[in-house]
Amino acid sequence: MKEKGKGGFGKNVYRRPESLVDVKTHFCPGCHHGIAHKILAETIDRFCLREKTVGVACVGCSVFLYDYIDVDVAEAPHGRAPAVATGVKRAQPDRFVFTYQGDGDLAAIGTSEVIHAANRGENITVIFVNNTTYGMTGGQMAPTTMLGQKTSTSPYGRDFRKDGYPIKMAELLATLEGTAYSARVATSTPAQIRKAKEAVRKAFDMQIKEMGFSIVEFLSTCPTNWGMKPIDAQKRVLGEMSEYFPLGVYKERKQADFL
Amino acid sequence: MQSNQAAGKSIAKEPTGRIEIDFERCKACELCVFACPKGCIEIGAKINRQGYAAAFFARPEDCTGCAICAETCPDVCIEVWR
Repeated sequence: MKEKGKGGFGKNVYRRPESLVDVKTHFCPGCHHGIAHKILAETIDRFCLREKTVGVACVGCSVFLYDYIDVDVAEAPHGRAPAVATGVKRAQPDRFVFTYQGDGDLAAIGTSEVIHAANRGENITVIFVNNTTYGMTGGQMAPTTMLGQKTSTSPYGRDFRKDGYPIKMAELLATLEGTAYSARVATSTPAQIRKAKEAVRKAFDMQIKEMGFSIVEFLSTCPTNWGMKPIDAQKRVLGEMSEYFPLGVYKERKQADFL
Repeated sequence: MQSNQAAGKSIAKEPTGRIEIDFERCKACELCVFACPKGCIEIGAKINRQGYAAAFFARPEDCTGCAICAETCPDVCIEVWR
């Protein structure tokens, strides 16, 4: 056996990204927030942005971003992360600004903030984690909850006559002129994780090139509130959720045109 | 291994990779167990300080160091060497 490395294998091919703080997370077992955090930290490392990044986190399971990612993080009121990020970016245009929001945050209470930030073409990046429920507060129905899904506030399943249809934020924001990049990714298979990394890289690239607003929607799992094993929750994302929320890139601006 | 020899297949392949799972950090979500293409990882019997029966590296001899388990792990407790 060689002395170098572990058991003779010298090349370390995967380790914790430098921007990810070495602490235990509060996430439930199998929650995809951890994967989204990891992808974010890897991308920050890749662009060497750690010293000039300001993150904005909101309320929800995304709230402890400041504990997990080793960048400056501002905490916004519920849903108002794009508004706070607008202020940060306008005050300090040389900083890299991203927000990290869940679906109860971005698609419910913060819909107007994100739509107007996108419409103004603010040069920020939004990471949107969609797990079709309010994870932190006990699994209430969110605007993105699937039809027929049982939650603690829709015990007979979501009914479109009463509660409407699940909202598709990636498509909605892609229609706005100020949006430079809009994509929906999932993290349920290794291939999807690599595609998600590429999407986050492109979204970061859009901000660095000052193209405008960029959003990446992650289809995530919430095994605890869905009442599933993590592996079954992944299968739900691959089946039912991917059918209603199709994966893909919805808008990608090629050059800064500003009309 | 003996059956492999009898069938004329390659004998006792050297592993080309190695992983290390952080016992205290693992939450036993089993995502890596299903993700590993060679089935090298299993859920163990020992309970860690968080209260989960952490996964362990059950079959080091089959590992290729592809790092798929590490990419899937939501708690970033797997480190891979190749």
